[in-house]
Amino acid sequence: MSWVSGHPRSRTAPAWMVVRWIGARLAGRDSALRQADWLLLSAVLALCALGTLVIWSATAPTLAQQGSNPHAFLLKQVLNIALGLVLMLVVSSLDARQLKLYAPVVYGLSCLGLLAVLTPLGSIVNGARSWISIGAGFQIEPSEFAKLSVIVISAMLLANLKHGQTRPAAKAIGLTIGVSALPILLVVAEPDLGVTIVLVVLVIGLIALSGVRLRWLAGMLAAAALAIVAVAKLHLLRAYQLNRLSSFINPSADPRGTGYSAAQAKIAIGSGGIHGTGLFHSQLVAGSFVPEQHTDFIFAVVGNELGFVGACIVIGLLGLLLFCTLRIAIKAEDQFGTLVAAGIAIWFAVQAFVNIGMTIGIMPVTGLPLPFVSYGGSAMFADMIAVGLLQSVRRRRCVFAS
Amino acid sequence: MIPASRPRLIVLCLVVSAMMAGLVTRVWFIQVKNQSAYASQASSERIREVIEPPVRGPVLDDLGTPIVNSYPALVISVSLPTLWKMSDGGASVLRRLAGLLHIKQRMMLREVRLCTVGVSQPCWPGSPYQPIPVAERVPARIALQVLEDQRLYPGVTAAIQPVTHYREPISTNLAQVIGYLQPITASELKSQGLPVTGFAAVDLVGQAGLEQEYDAELRGIPGVERLAVNAAGQVTGTLSSVKPRAGDYLVTSINAALQQDTLSALASAVQKSQFAGSPTSNGGAAVVMTTTGRVLAMASYPTYNPAIWTGGISLREFGRLFDAGGGEPALNRATQGQYPPGSTWKVTSLAAAVAAGYSLYGTYTCPGGVTIGGHTYQNDGNPSLGPMSFYTALVVSCDTVFYQLAYDIYLRDHVRQDAVTSPHAPVQEMQRMELGWGFGHTTNVDLPEENPGNVPTREWLYYFWKDNAHTGQNWCKFGRANGSYVQQIEWDDCRYGNIWTPGQSVIASIGQGYVSVTPLQLARAYAALANGGTLYSPRIGEALISPSGKVVRRITPPVAGHLPVAKATLAYIRHALAGVVTSGTAAGTFGGFPLGRVCVAGKTGTAQVQGNQSTSVFASFAPCDHPKFVVVVMVPNSGFGAQVAGPAVRQIWDGLFGLEGHKAALPGGVLPGLPYLNRAGQVVPPPGFGPPARRAKHAKPGAHR
Repeated sequence: MSWVSGHPRSRTAPAWMVVRWIGARLAGRDSALRQADWLLLSAVLALCALGTLVIWSATAPTLAQQGSNPHAFLLKQVLNIALGLVLMLVVSSLDARQLKLYAPVVYGLSCLGLLAVLTPLGSIVNGARSWISIGAGFQIEPSEFAKLSVIVISAMLLANLKHGQTRPAAKAIGLTIGVSALPILLVVAEPDLGVTIVLVVLVIGLIALSGVRLRWLAGMLAAAALAIVAVAKLHLLRAYQLNRLSSFINPSADPRGTGYSAAQAKIAIGSGGIHGTGLFHSQLVAGSFVPEQHTDFIFAVVGNELGFVGACIVIGLLGLLLFCTLRIAIKAEDQFGTLVAAGIAIWFAVQAFVNIGMTIGIMPVTGLPLPFVSYGGSAMFADMIAVGLLQSVRRRRCVFAS
Repeated sequence: MIPASRPRLIVLCLVVSAMMAGLVTRVWFIQVKNQSAYASQASSERIREVIEPPVRGPVLDDLGTPIVNSYPALVISVSLPTLWKMSDGGASVLRRLAGLLHIKQRMMLREVRLCTVGVSQPCWPGSPYQPIPVAERVPARIALQVLEDQRLYPGVTAAIQPVTHYREPISTNLAQVIGYLQPITASELKSQGLPVTGFAAVDLVGQAGLEQEYDAELRGIPGVERLAVNAAGQVTGTLSSVKPRAGDYLVTSINAALQQDTLSALASAVQKSQFAGSPTSNGGAAVVMTTTGRVLAMASYPTYNPAIWTGGISLREFGRLFDAGGGEPALNRATQGQYPPGSTWKVTSLAAAVAAGYSLYGTYTCPGGVTIGGHTYQNDGNPSLGPMSFYTALVVSCDTVFYQLAYDIYLRDHVRQDAVTSPHAPVQEMQRMELGWGFGHTTNVDLPEENPGNVPTREWLYYFWKDNAHTGQNWCKFGRANGSYVQQIEWDDCRYGNIWTPGQSVIASIGQGYVSVTPLQLARAYAALANGGTLYSPRIGEALISPSGKVVRRITPPVAGHLPVAKATLAYIRHALAGVVTSGTAAGTFGGFPLGRVCVAGKTGTAQVQGNQSTSVFASFAPCDHPKFVVVVMVPNSGFGAQVAGPAVRQIWDGLFGLEGHKAALPGGVLPGLPYLNRAGQVVPPPGFGPPARRAKHAKPGAHR
């Protein structure tokens, strides 16, 4: 029976063996599915479903007017979700300890991706060179995966405590900053303000959570503040970014220009009222008054068509998602798992807050998607992989608990 | 997890909770608290209102034939500012367009240049920012070509716009009564709360005549289409659509044939007088129904073609319209011309005398002259005719009879001969009668332009002197005690102009001096005389009919008052006026007139005006026994009433009744009923009056868009 216990991934293994292995990983006692956080999954699936409906409603009229298939974006997003779920399953079936080993690989790949974006391979969208065209109309946004890689690599470095250590060493922190600086600088070079903000907050947040001394933390924050001042003083921001920021401060200054999106989004949300116009029933959405209404500004469509009720449901589901994520972080057995889960929580929280905030006029306009809701493949895949990581962290705890 | 991380994770939990709570609060603030503000912003930007201009209602004559007519037509217009932005100033576009429209290139280039100094017609007299119409009634195929190939025709638009059509010759005959349309001014828009249609040539408003008087009814109601638009401004659907409502049809009591007769009679009177050497240049005439107060014809000479207002009037034509030297064709002499009535006025003086107690059947002497207040007033051209009745006094138009009556009545008013007038001086008996005949104030005819004429009272004299002694004509400055005749008068007027002298009363009693009336005032006064005393406020409009055929409003001339004269006196005067035509001052004028078929009565008037030729007046009614019509003709600066105005009136009677080889405008003097709209929306003339009226072929109501 030696061939039965042989390495399942062996090339000689019959196909049914592979199927049985996968089945065991998925449905076995300590399998991904059995140990899954169903509350978290439900929140994710609900957000995906809501998002898909809203994307459909937001894109169908324009597509129909162009004479294209009005369901094109709906179908693509369903495909994105399906692929994302597969990725999630695969990642969640990995052992969290293995993740540590993969971290440098993930980090390296994403840095390569970010580098590739800056080469002629990258294409410019909305002033930022953040996409790689991979043919057949498909594009990848490596910065989405950079968030994941920064979380994983930082968590790995910060959780690497020598025996007897209660806090990460200064060396680990320095290494973390140094290692994460590369993707951050690459994202700045794109330039993508939103992702930069997320990455910087992530690194600071993870270092803070890692147990570093508070005075170090304070020093770091002061340095970051200095850096921001330097960026402003040395004119390191691109014109369109400055425009976005200044129009955030004074949105009515240029209602047809940079402030247009923000103003339109606010009008769309505000006019939705308590119950909204209902999906597919909004003239405002049909007329595409809010730019990027199926991607970055999808919350404007939520607010307009589903009203305050819909907006609260979306924010509530995001809150549930964050609650589950933080619960996993708190209950994680090892520091790596805690930091990975907390990092994911910071990521989702910052991204959701900035994204929704810019549609309601409390955040500047940046190109960040709303997790699980906005249209987009790369973002969906990255988000799903993050959920997979969370499940993996949680399952590890479960294994130990049992 | 290491112990140090736990409290920080809890802080993270709190921070995340706060973020989510903040989002919900802010969303609540926007969506629930401020919802209405955002909702109104949203609707204002996603809805575009397109105003569709209504078709203006036509003005019809008494048989329902259009005089002025609007109908929608495809109009191609050129926007100058767009052309100016092009490298060649748009010349290539205009050349291309000229080829497409089969217009000569040179003509096209001229039409779209601005009428500035040194540029003569054809040119564009309007605003450079207003699209310049270059072709009306364009076939749809060509309009589509222009619209679809905007690359080849930038700045060229094709749109359905109402086009105004003036039917000739009636619109020229009736030009001043019709009035004209001009682009609405910003203040008019605001005061009337009207929407701007965006078609510059469409936002027209009646600025004079019937077009102004009945503007609200004729204009119709614009249609409003509310379109849903997307962010790019493309139309995605129609939210609501209210079709424009075409304006009402204005049926007037103007008889086109009679109007033609009236104007040509007036014109030939003026021209004949000019030929005879008079400096006359203008005149007014009115034909009024005695029993109803309706205006059947109203003519003013000189006249003009109102079509010159269409699409903006040129500065030169505008100047010509209001040029006093050219007779000021824009003026409606029938309502705005104020002329001394001369002896036609005597009917009021006679009525005043009878009211003052002088016997209708008494005998009065007609000397060659009477001396009143140290001044001798001659009987005009007549020697002493001895004692006579009132009948004869009117028939031969004896002035001295009325001089004496005026002086007697003046004395009865107990006025001290040197009393300075005041604004509170009571109206004297004679003037009270004249005011009672409707003189001295407007008739309130349905035209915006009307002058009140003048009945000189002591109150009036007070203001007249006050306005001219040291200001205005400045008599005291220019008057000389022993200068020229005019200077002497001014000298006198300066010192004694504020005293109502017996001479004032004497001169006023024969319709001279400061007395002035409009032809329409005289016509309605004679109508009242003819109908037994009812003074009407005349009306030109007869009815307003909606495009669906419903009579929206019947316009009835309101009764303005009753003559303060006994019926017997009126009958006596009518009898005398019949004598004027058979054996009096107008006997020569009506020599050979078939009085047996239609008995005509009337009164001549020859008002002497200082420094000018006499104003020739003839006021007439017919038939004598049961009068139905009044005809008045007044030609200033021309000659005797019997010589200039009299023949014109005879010619008008000929045209009205079909006498002396003329075709009858109103056969048998029978007036038509109201024309009506049939199911097809065509105007049908009143029963018994001719074949169905030919309508301009585009003029079907309901054919708008």
